[in-house]
Amino acid sequence: MADRTPAPDTPELRERWGGFEFTDAYRAKADKAIARYPEGRQRSAVMPLLDLAQRQVGEETNTQGWLPLPVIEYVADYLDMPVIRVLEVATFYFMYNMKPVGKYHVQVCGTTPCMLRGSDGLIETCKKRGMSKGHVSDDGLWTLTEVECMGNCATAPMVQINDDNYEDLTPERLDAILDALAAGEQPKTGTQEPGRHTSEPANALSTLKEMVDANHDYRSEW
Amino acid sequence: MPKVTVDGQEIEVPDGATVLQACELAGKEIPRFCYHERLSIAGNCRMCLVEVKPGPPKPQASCALPATDGQEIRTDTEMVKTAREGVMEFLLINHPLDCPICDQGGECDLQDQSMTYGRGATRYHENKRAVTEKYMGPLIKTVMTRCIHCTRCVRFSEEIAGVDEIGALYRGEDMQITTYLEQAAEHELSANVIDLCPVGALTSRPYAFEARPWELKKTLSIDVSDAVGSNIRLDSKGREVMRALPRINDDVNEEWISDKARYQVDGLMRRRLDKPYIRKGGKLQAATWDEAFKAIAKAKPGKNIAAIAGDMLDCETMFAAKALLKACGSTLVEGRQTGMDYDTSNLAAVNFNSTFAGIEQADAILIVGSHVRWEAPLVNVRIRKAVKRGAKVFVVGPWWDTTYPAEFLGEDLGVLNKLPKALGDALKNAESPAIIVGGAGLKGAHGKVLALAEKFGAAFNVLHFSAARMGGLMLGFAQTGGMADIVNAKPKVVLSLGADEMDFEPFADALKVYIGHHGDKGAHAADVILPAASYAEKDGTYVNTEGRVQFAEKAVFAPGDAREDWTILRALADALKVDVGFDSFAELQAAMIKEVPALGEEGLADYGALPKADAKAKAEGTISAYPIKDFYLTNPIARASEVMQRCSAELLHGEDLAEAAE
Repeated sequence: MADRTPAPDTPELRERWGGFEFTDAYRAKADKAIARYPEGRQRSAVMPLLDLAQRQVGEETNTQGWLPLPVIEYVADYLDMPVIRVLEVATFYFMYNMKPVGKYHVQVCGTTPCMLRGSDGLIETCKKRGMSKGHVSDDGLWTLTEVECMGNCATAPMVQINDDNYEDLTPERLDAILDALAAGEQPKTGTQEPGRHTSEPANALSTLKEMVDANHDYRSEW
Repeated sequence: MPKVTVDGQEIEVPDGATVLQACELAGKEIPRFCYHERLSIAGNCRMCLVEVKPGPPKPQASCALPATDGQEIRTDTEMVKTAREGVMEFLLINHPLDCPICDQGGECDLQDQSMTYGRGATRYHENKRAVTEKYMGPLIKTVMTRCIHCTRCVRFSEEIAGVDEIGALYRGEDMQITTYLEQAAEHELSANVIDLCPVGALTSRPYAFEARPWELKKTLSIDVSDAVGSNIRLDSKGREVMRALPRINDDVNEEWISDKARYQVDGLMRRRLDKPYIRKGGKLQAATWDEAFKAIAKAKPGKNIAAIAGDMLDCETMFAAKALLKACGSTLVEGRQTGMDYDTSNLAAVNFNSTFAGIEQADAILIVGSHVRWEAPLVNVRIRKAVKRGAKVFVVGPWWDTTYPAEFLGEDLGVLNKLPKALGDALKNAESPAIIVGGAGLKGAHGKVLALAEKFGAAFNVLHFSAARMGGLMLGFAQTGGMADIVNAKPKVVLSLGADEMDFEPFADALKVYIGHHGDKGAHAADVILPAASYAEKDGTYVNTEGRVQFAEKAVFAPGDAREDWTILRALADALKVDVGFDSFAELQAAMIKEVPALGEEGLADYGALPKADAKAKAEGTISAYPIKDFYLTNPIARASEVMQRCSAELLHGEDLAEAAE
C-alpha cells in the first residue's frame, strides 16, 4: 500500500499554501458541485471539492496535483465542516495525492488479471526510465504508483496516467506512450491493441453468441 | 411490537429494536465491541454475529439488524460459535499480546471476550501491524497498536460531545484513530473515550501504571466539582483515591462525567491541611486541636458568630454548622459566598425544574447568563440532544463555543424586556419551551425571566454550579441580602466552611476560622485553621441543581489530624460551651431529616409551585463575563491537582508543554 500520510505540517508548507483559494473558474465549479446537494447537505460535496482543489494545485505546480494540509483546511472551511472529517476522506481515497507528485502520475495496475497479462513488465519498464514507487523523478515529470484494480481487466494490463487510461499494454507500447508524453504530445488513450476499439472481445466471440444480432433469452438454458 | 424467538424463547420487543437488543431482552449475552447503546450503530467489529431466520444462510451482525416479526434468532448454534471465534481470531491478529503491561488489563472487553468466545490459541505466524502513538492531550494516553477500530471514540466526540476532533484516517488495515495533527482533545468530556474504549488503546494518562482494578476499593460517591451531582465511583487503594469513574444514572449523568470530576482526585493528595494552625504574629503556626479550640473560645463570640458554606459541602456539615450557630443564638449562615442575593423564599424559583432528562424534550431553549459548557458540561450534552431533535437555542450573554447551533442575542440583559422576533416566535410556537438562567443572569434578570417563563408557559430552570448550593438553600443557608447582611452584622467569629471564593476583606476585625481540607485562598486568610475532610473522606448528602437528593459514601480517611467536618463542629460546640443536640453522625442526620424531611429521601425534592411572577419585572444590566474563568480550576481540589493545572495551562492557555519523557 502506498504511503498515505499527509505531507508534514512545516512552516514552509504553510507559507507556500496557507493563502490557497479557489480561482474564479474553480470556484464556479465548486459551487456547482455544492448546489447538487440539498440545503444543509453541503458537506456531501467534499469529494468533488477535494478533487477540484487537487487539480488547481496541479495547475499551479504543473503536476497532477496534490493536497497540502492548508488546502484541506481551506476545503473544510469552504464547506463549514470539521477538518478531521475532510482529512478522513482525503486519506481514504487513493485518487487524492497526499504528497507532491510529478507532472505525470503513472499508476500501474498490479492486481491479478493485469499481473497475469504482464504488469510486472510494465513496472520494469517504468523503473528502467528512472521512476521509483512513490517518488517524483529527478526531472519532475514522473511519479510511479502501483495501484489495485481499475476495472479494466478485459483490456489488461493497463496503466492510468493522470486522467487517462492506456490499456492492452506491452513494455514497448508503454515506452512509446511515455516517450510521447515526455515530448509533450497526447498519445492515443484507451486500448493500444491495433484493430480493437474498446473492450470488445479481442478475438472471435466466445460467449453470448446469440446476442450479436438480437436480444436472446438464455434463461431456459441455465 | 414485533414478536421474535430467541433460542426457542418467544418474546415481544419494542418497535425499532435491533436483534441485539432482542437477544438482551431475552437474557442472552451478545459479545460486542463497537456497539454502544448511547452511540450510533457502526456495525464494524462483527463480534455480535448471530443466526437469524428468515435471512441469508450466514451469520448476521445483530447490532445493525432490525428485529422484525416472526424472526427466529439463535445465539447458541455451532455456526454462531465458530463465527465469534473467527471474528475474535481476526481481531487478535494485530492486537499485541501485552496484557501484562496494559492498563486496561482486568477491565478489558477484549480480554474478557477472548476468554469467553475466543479459540484460545492463534494460528497467525506473520508479523503484527504496529501503529505509532498519537498525542491526544494531557488526559488520554494512547497505545494505538492495541486499537481494534471500533470507532466508539470517534462517534462519542462527534455525537455526544459535539466536538469533531477525533477521526479515523487511512483505511483497511492501515486505519488509524487520531486527532487532527495530533492536537490535544479539547473539550470537557474528552476523557469519557477512555471508558468507551473496549481495549487498552485509549487509557488514562494520569492513572497510567498506578493500580490494577482488582486492587481497588470501590466506593459509590457523588461528584462535587459542579452542581450536576454526577454519580461517580471512587476507586481507592490504601488511603489514596486513585481515580473517579462514572456510574450509570440516566436521570443525572447518563454514563459520562466531566474531565474535572474525573481528574481532580489527584488534588486530594496535595496541599492538604493535615493539622490545625493558629495565626500568631501574622504567621500561621501548627497547633493542637485543643489550642485551636481554645483560641476560638477566647474570642467569646457569643451570638456574634457567622458561618459561610463553601461550594463542595455536604448537607450534614451545613446542618451541623447551622445547629452550632443556633445554639449560640445566631442565624448568620450564608452559602452564596460570592455575594449573590437572589430571592430564595421559594426554592422552585431557584431550581432546575425541567430536570436534566426533561430538558432533552424542550423544543425552544433560552439560556440567560450561563456558560453551560463550563458550568455543567453534562447539561450541555442534554441541550445538544434537544437541539438534535430540533430545538432552537438562544443565549443572552457573552459568546462561548456551543456544541450546537445557537443564536447569541448580545450581552445586554435589556434584550429580555423586548424580545427579538425570532426568540419570541420560537418561545410562543414551542410545545415545551424552557428557560435556563445561570449565575451571571440571576442578578439582573431573575424576576424578568420568571415572568417570561410564566408568559410563555416555559419550564423555569436555574443552573447552579456549586454542588452545595441547593442543599444549602434547603437548609436555609441564605440571608435576604446575601453576604452583605453577614458583613453588616459584624460577627466576631466567622466560620468559613471550605469557602474559598468568599471575600475575607470585610471581616478584617473578626476571628476567621477556616474549616476545610485544602490550603487554598480560605486558609491563607484564616486566623485559625481546622483541617477537615473532603467529599471523598466523609459520608454525606448532596442536592444537585435539579433538586435531586443523593447520598455519597466515604471512600478513604482524611490525612493526618484532619477530621470529618461534623465532628469538628460538634467539638467546637463543646469549646463554646453550647449544646447542639447530636453526638453521632446518625443523630446528626436524623436531626437534619427531621428539620428538612426532603433530605432524607433520595430522588427529586418537591419545592412546590413557582411563585407568581411579577409581570412588570424588568431585566437590567449587562453580562460582561461568566463567573467561571477557568473550567479546570474552579475549586480548591482542582486547583491543587497537577492534572487540572496542566489541563488549564495546555488546553485553555495554550502553553506548549512537552510530553514528559516516560
